[in-house]
Amino acid sequence: MLKNYFKIAIAVLRRRKFFTFISLFGISFTLTILLVLTAFIDKVVGDSYPDKKRDRSLYVSRIQLSYKDGRSSGPSSYYFLDHYVRTLKTPVKMAISSGFSGTNTYVNNKKIAVNYKYTNAEYWDVMEYEFTEGKAFTRQQTDNADKVAVISEDMKREYFGDVSSVVGKLIEADNVKYRVTGVVKNVPITTYMLYSDIYLPYTVAKTDFRKDKGYQGGFFGVLLANSSADLPKMHDEFEDMVKRLPLPSKDVLKIYCHADTYIRSYVDTGDETNSGVTIALTAISIFTLLVMLLPTLNLVNINITRIMERSSEIGVRKAFGASSRTLVYQFIVENIILTLLGGLIGVVLSVIALQVLNGANLIPNLVLTLNFTVLGIGLLICFFFGLLSGVYPAWRMSKLNVVTALKAQ
Amino acid sequence: MISLQNIEKVYRTNTVETLALNSISLNIAKGEFLSIMGPSGCGKSTLLNIMGLLDAPSKGNIKIADQTTDKLNDKQLANFRNQKLGFIFQSYHLINDLAVLDNVELPLLYRSSVSAKERRQLATEALEKVGLANRVKHFPNQLSGGQKQRVAIARAIVGRPEIILADEPTGNLDSAMGNEIMDILMKLNQNDGTTIVMVTHDENMAHKTHRLVRLFDGSQVQ
Repeated sequence: MLKNYFKIAIAVLRRRKFFTFISLFGISFTLTILLVLTAFIDKVVGDSYPDKKRDRSLYVSRIQLSYKDGRSSGPSSYYFLDHYVRTLKTPVKMAISSGFSGTNTYVNNKKIAVNYKYTNAEYWDVMEYEFTEGKAFTRQQTDNADKVAVISEDMKREYFGDVSSVVGKLIEADNVKYRVTGVVKNVPITTYMLYSDIYLPYTVAKTDFRKDKGYQGGFFGVLLANSSADLPKMHDEFEDMVKRLPLPSKDVLKIYCHADTYIRSYVDTGDETNSGVTIALTAISIFTLLVMLLPTLNLVNINITRIMERSSEIGVRKAFGASSRTLVYQFIVENIILTLLGGLIGVVLSVIALQVLNGANLIPNLVLTLNFTVLGIGLLICFFFGLLSGVYPAWRMSKLNVVTALKAQ
Repeated sequence: MISLQNIEKVYRTNTVETLALNSISLNIAKGEFLSIMGPSGCGKSTLLNIMGLLDAPSKGNIKIADQTTDKLNDKQLANFRNQKLGFIFQSYHLINDLAVLDNVELPLLYRSSVSAKERRQLATEALEKVGLANRVKHFPNQLSGGQKQRVAIARAIVGRPEIILADEPTGNLDSAMGNEIMDILMKLNQNDGTTIVMVTHDENMAHKTHRLVRLFDGSQVQ
């Protein structure tokens, strides 16, 4: 039976080349968009380099001050993290790092764009960067404000060229020379709290971050608990601490700040009554729905025309013993064959699209790959498409009166 | 074999009501070859469709092979048609996307008890019976009208139904081809005892059958 359905499905596809093209184009193009998007989300959310201890970490990415007629939201200050968050009992360590800043440096009269960020020494204990050579700067070097730096592999190649070792060499950024202590594997820019080309001790900055006693600044904190079981406790302790924070001025009505899991911290604005997670999830869902809805409606329409053209066949099959249910099954199987074929083309197109995107290097260090999760999701989407766009036309067609169907030829 | 009691068929639209069949009662015995004649639009095909359970009467009772059929649901009707009835249409109604052998196999696809191998074998035998064993891999659009109708006959007999309903099987063919098809039908009736009901416009063909029923404006006149 299935073989017969397969034969006829392929024959119909070959017979109606234009419809087939429209259907396959719709499916494969949509799938390509979805697969590239999922690969991106998968990379951003799923890639745990270099914060491999995510299961026992909470992230402090934003602090929001609410005023009578407005609000101000952004990363917290070094002082806030060091002075207030440091007092918490549950975290065993806290990584503090600034957001990255851009500057230019010159090598042999060639301009190189460089992103640098400041970190504390504990940052290197909390994070698990992979060093291709050397090591991180130490607490002592940080306390001494030694001009040392950890650089990324890309930076090494761009600044020093193709040399085997650069530990001990000097690298210049923002008119200051730093001695390289280690080289780490690249972090994609989408991991914005941890990405940089050059990592410097926070003590070498031209401004002393410790002196600015405001709550807002340019720093992120990652709190490391002993185990994942301690996360709720650490979260609650953080919330209590925030509640007790003295308001910096009369104009400030409330302070919002959370220590959240990685994904939540990515989209949080600070104000829990206006959660970024809900906004982000709603936006993604609506986008996905729209992206899928249009080709599905298109497919439903094409399928109805395509199936109704075969009303004589429907009449014959019914006359010779096919029940309505059998016919629905046949047309859904045919549709799934069509969508899976579209899916296959979509996967091939996605691989090409990802290679082009990676090659263009639109987002530094972000290498998108089509992994098995994404492929699985893709195939599932295809199957869903097949069902969604096949069920209604198949049902409508199966209700066709035999005599009418036979006369339609 | 087929018993029709007071069959009425009314087609209704918003404004018009058309009486297509008016109180038709007919008994067809097992092994009988019956032809139905009448002018266009007199209700011949409607009557045949009702006998074939492809259409439901507005009034009246039908009994086929000792079974009343008015209470059967979609699945039971499909199964009944599959087991008991075979159809031959004027315009053949072959599936152009399938090869001859696949077309002939079609009724057997809906019998779960028949394996793929048996299907092939039975379909080949049916094609041999109509003299088309050498055309199994051809597609319908590679065949002449007479050959297409022979494939349609093979499809109708492959499941060995007790009744064959033929709606103007020679209507689209020239007289030589028409005679060939008629010969095949007569052989089926004589050798296998298949009950055949045939709608035709051709007096010569009709006179070859055991009995002739004439319709006029939906009523039986002979």
